[in-house]
Amino acid sequence: MSMTLDVSGTAQIPFSRLVSVELRKTADTRAGRWLLGAIVGVTALFMIIFFFVADANERIFGNFIGIASTPQGFLLPVLGILLVTSEWSQRTAMVTFALAPSRTKVIAAKTSAALILGVAAFAAAIVTASLATLLGGASGGFEGLSATVVLLFLAMQLLTVLQGLAYGLILLNTPAAIVTFFVLPIASGIIFLLVPFLRDIAPWLDLGTAQQPLFDSFGGDSALTGEEYAQLATTSLIWIVVPFMAGWARVMRAEVK
Amino acid sequence: MIHVEGLTRTYGGFTAVDDISFVAQPGRVTGFLGPNGAGKTTTMRIMVGLTPPSRGRVTIGGHLYHDIPNPGRHVGVLLDASAQHAGRSGREILTIGARTMGLPDARVDEMLALVSLSPEESKRRLRNYSLGMKQRLGIAHALLGDPSVLILDEPANGLDPAGIRWMRGLLKGYADRGGTVLLSSHLLHEVEMIADEMILIGRGKIVAQGDKKTLLERGGAPSSLVTSLDNGALAAVLQGKGFVVGSAGEGLKVEAPAAEVGRAALEAGVVLTDLRFGGAGLEDLFLELTSDTQREGLNEGASA
Repeated sequence: MSMTLDVSGTAQIPFSRLVSVELRKTADTRAGRWLLGAIVGVTALFMIIFFFVADANERIFGNFIGIASTPQGFLLPVLGILLVTSEWSQRTAMVTFALAPSRTKVIAAKTSAALILGVAAFAAAIVTASLATLLGGASGGFEGLSATVVLLFLAMQLLTVLQGLAYGLILLNTPAAIVTFFVLPIASGIIFLLVPFLRDIAPWLDLGTAQQPLFDSFGGDSALTGEEYAQLATTSLIWIVVPFMAGWARVMRAEVK
Repeated sequence: MIHVEGLTRTYGGFTAVDDISFVAQPGRVTGFLGPNGAGKTTTMRIMVGLTPPSRGRVTIGGHLYHDIPNPGRHVGVLLDASAQHAGRSGREILTIGARTMGLPDARVDEMLALVSLSPEESKRRLRNYSLGMKQRLGIAHALLGDPSVLILDEPANGLDPAGIRWMRGLLKGYADRGGTVLLSSHLLHEVEMIADEMILIGRGKIVAQGDKKTLLERGGAPSSLVTSLDNGALAAVLQGKGFVVGSAGEGLKVEAPAAEVGRAALEAGVVLTDLRFGGAGLEDLFLELTSDTQREGLNEGASA
């Protein structure tokens, strides 16, 4: 009965294990399975509707991808939000952090899990869009498609997932984070549209405005200019990266109850 | 094994835990006893790194909790049995714990069997569990990693009498095998039956600590509960000996050790049907020591 604990034989919890546990948590409740199912189902539904209502010459790969990105852009971030906020609303954070006291590692694992699901959804969208284009697309449905556009689409999806995580980390409350995620961009868009002084600098400050050229480029419009890339980077920094760091800092210091 | 040194936690101007120090030894069950809001939970949360201390520190087996690799394998923690996802099944909750700790899934079945949750019950969602079932699941979760230290906050809360007896046996056996157990409760009776060592806390401060015998000696004369075929005669004899006698249910409560009551009965020729330790010694001590920290005390003060 020694007073010391011999921990020399115990390995740290590998990061990959934390990620796989976080992935498991996204699908082990009814709500989680519904959300995952909705992401797949709604994406497929949007594509099918578009397939039948669009003119033949509009059935190009870029448009299919654009259609897929809309529901995914709405639902994937919710998944990221829930991954963080449910730990607080369901109070499981007490158990999670007692088993893995490194909060940095846990948040990194949650972020990785959400990004992995984002990449999986992206891959599914690519496959489905390719199939749709091949099956019934316009002749030359893949024309003008560049690796850049595909990578930009992926980057945007992943940034949106990070945005969801960021608001989840800052607010640690499911309804508040979801409402903020949906309402804030709309409010920002309206303000930048209505205030003349702000309208000119909107591409540098409003995320939605900065992302518009990206959506257009999926539809076959010209590639992004250097300035547009810079605007995307600036707005992503303001709306996604900074909130993410702030949320991370909050969780590091928060008392877990 | 658990070493609390000068621990203090303040929230603004409020001091939840005020410079407390104690040790929970291996091979013993240490009871952490105090009224609601005394600082028990805060202390336990600091132990496992969920709340940062304002001053002082806690080491477990010589380590800060944060420095223990894969801590679930060394320290079993149950802070709140309801703090689990209501939509997960009991089995899934244990599976997540086992996966995090790197344990085989078979361990989940072992633990479910240990706490007597049936396979059907384990598939139910947590929101459909009674408090007693949640406590059993929480204890199973704490024991998953076969730890040598257990930190349990109000583990008996919600258990039925059979459940409490089961838990007592479980923790006793665990300590007998060399484990360290720290468990909190606001019910003296619970801790008294199970703990080898007791730490009494009131309003953030430790007011007494020691084993039951030591604490009882501080508490003054013990009392006895007695029932006989002729309570009146027995009471007269006891009063004649100078003991304070009151009625308690069908019998008497006597401010004297059981041996004195037995002797009086023998002398008076009264047949005893029940004679036992009144237990009030420790309870009085508990209430006395924490009296200025009791909510009821405030009310009495207000009405007086």
